[in-house]
Amino acid sequence: MIAEVSLRATGARARRRAIVNAVMHVVLGLAVLAALIPLFLIIAVTIAEGLPAMTIEFLTSTFNFSRRVQGGGYLHGLIGTLYMGGLATLMAVPIGIASALFLTEFPKSRLAGPIRFFADVMTGVPSVFVGLFVYSLLVRQIGFGTFVGALSLAIIMLPIIVRSAEEILRTVPGDLKRGSYALGARQWQPVFRVTLPSAASGLTTGVMLAVARALGETAPLVLTALAAQTIVLDFQGQGQTALPLLIFREARGAFAAGQERAWAGALELMALVLLLSILARVIATRRASQ
Amino acid sequence: MRATIRDATMTTPTMTDPAADPSARQASEAPPAGATLPPRPLVRSANAPGTGTAGRETDGTPGRPAVDLSDVSVYYGAFRAVRDVSFSVPTHAITALIGPSGSGKSTLLRAINRMNDLTPGSRLEGEVRYHGKNLYASDVDPVEVRRRIGMVFQKPNPFPKSIYDNVAFGPRINGYRGNLDDLVERSLRQAALWNEVKDKLKQSGLALSGGQQQRLCIARTIAVEPEIILMDEPASALDPRSTLQIEELMAELKENYTIVIVTHNMQQAARASDRTVFLNMGEDRAGYVVEVDETVKIFTNPREQLTEDYISGRFG
Repeated sequence: MIAEVSLRATGARARRRAIVNAVMHVVLGLAVLAALIPLFLIIAVTIAEGLPAMTIEFLTSTFNFSRRVQGGGYLHGLIGTLYMGGLATLMAVPIGIASALFLTEFPKSRLAGPIRFFADVMTGVPSVFVGLFVYSLLVRQIGFGTFVGALSLAIIMLPIIVRSAEEILRTVPGDLKRGSYALGARQWQPVFRVTLPSAASGLTTGVMLAVARALGETAPLVLTALAAQTIVLDFQGQGQTALPLLIFREARGAFAAGQERAWAGALELMALVLLLSILARVIATRRASQ
Repeated sequence: MRATIRDATMTTPTMTDPAADPSARQASEAPPAGATLPPRPLVRSANAPGTGTAGRETDGTPGRPAVDLSDVSVYYGAFRAVRDVSFSVPTHAITALIGPSGSGKSTLLRAINRMNDLTPGSRLEGEVRYHGKNLYASDVDPVEVRRRIGMVFQKPNPFPKSIYDNVAFGPRINGYRGNLDDLVERSLRQAALWNEVKDKLKQSGLALSGGQQQRLCIARTIAVEPEIILMDEPASALDPRSTLQIEELMAELKENYTIVIVTHNMQQAARASDRTVFLNMGEDRAGYVVEVDETVKIFTNPREQLTEDYISGRFG
């Protein structure tokens, strides 16, 4: 007669382990919930408050003559946001990715340490300082406008792009580069033909993170773009506006109609960032798979 | 005087046997009349890239060395990885480098197409001659060297691009002007991959199996039309069937190319190679050559006891 083998956990130790395990499950679950609640609340409240005011008129028109009454919209803010955001991206992306390439191609360079340090410090600089910096450097000479606003946004974006691009470029296998050198590639050919294309999707994610951050910035624009009541297409010299600037102004105003518009503006901004992220992802993955 | 000779050689390639020429060792310093120079000039920007058919131009008596290493030592910083290595690589043959880990096989292989240059702190003493021309002479362009001496790596490393673009990569960066479609097809055929991929050239090279990826890497190397193909344990990451395919492929390729292969697999060296270089790691942890001979002799009747011990599996 063979004794039956028991694989069941028995004894006080096993019981204790089971209890600890169960408790930890609950604790971690609650932590996730606590982190997700504010996120969902923000999205839910923005949609709930913004949707009623989100009309065709809001999307396609600029301010009414009076801000007390309903009607009018943030088209000038949307255009300002896209204009400055686009310019800032044009400035920050080439410089940011070039810096990241420098850090990954020449990791032993004496400049690598300082570049990394400054990128880190810049990430932590309060955005109002960036506005102040551009204000004292440029605005006092050439005035408010689209360009100086875009420049301050580019400064916000730059460190985010540098650090994320560096991480992504580091993950490209060195084997690929050696492979292209073995085919007779010169110093920079593998970078443009292998490294950057294979990192494209990851680089896009990093850039979109920076774009999302820049589009939501208010403080640096207060001191550089200033404000505008209508659509401004001037490159420089004329005050410009942006969605966050309009939201800021009307949300703290006394008029219910203005506050409604501010909610709609917040929803518009959120949707814009989401749309741009999805678009960039689709383009990047499609190009990468080709 | 020197320049005149070199210019003349560029326009009308003349080949003499470097091994038979006792003065060949000084060839890179001051080539005497009739000195051995490579069929295409290795000198910087001296030729139109991508037009070469070096593999065919140099067809001649098999057995004449394509590469000659004499007293080669390779250092990484202060560490000497290989010391005083001398052997020659005959054309249209497969030369196998075997030996235990740390004996410097891969280091020597990378010395032949100057891939070691890419490792910071690496340095080479001695001479590596390619048809008599010292590859480490100051006027030699390492990029040009790698175009003629291609390399296949241990782990298949296709680019994250389509199969077509993988093969077309080398010709494109080298400014190839002919019909790219034809070249891609020819290269894939030579790598015995065409029938498997001809209907999916637009698919990613990463979607292929490991063995197919490695043959894609061989096709990619062939597309640059090198004369020599270096293979660094090309089958060590593959299953036995793919390994056999690679070995069969190597046997076909040696018709047109000179092959040097590093392998850990002694059966592979015995099966596939014509000539074997056995290396060992010395007391100073530097690799050195124990014995160089016809593969048949190394595996049946080696001169050195150490070789016999190694091939019979007593160490390493």
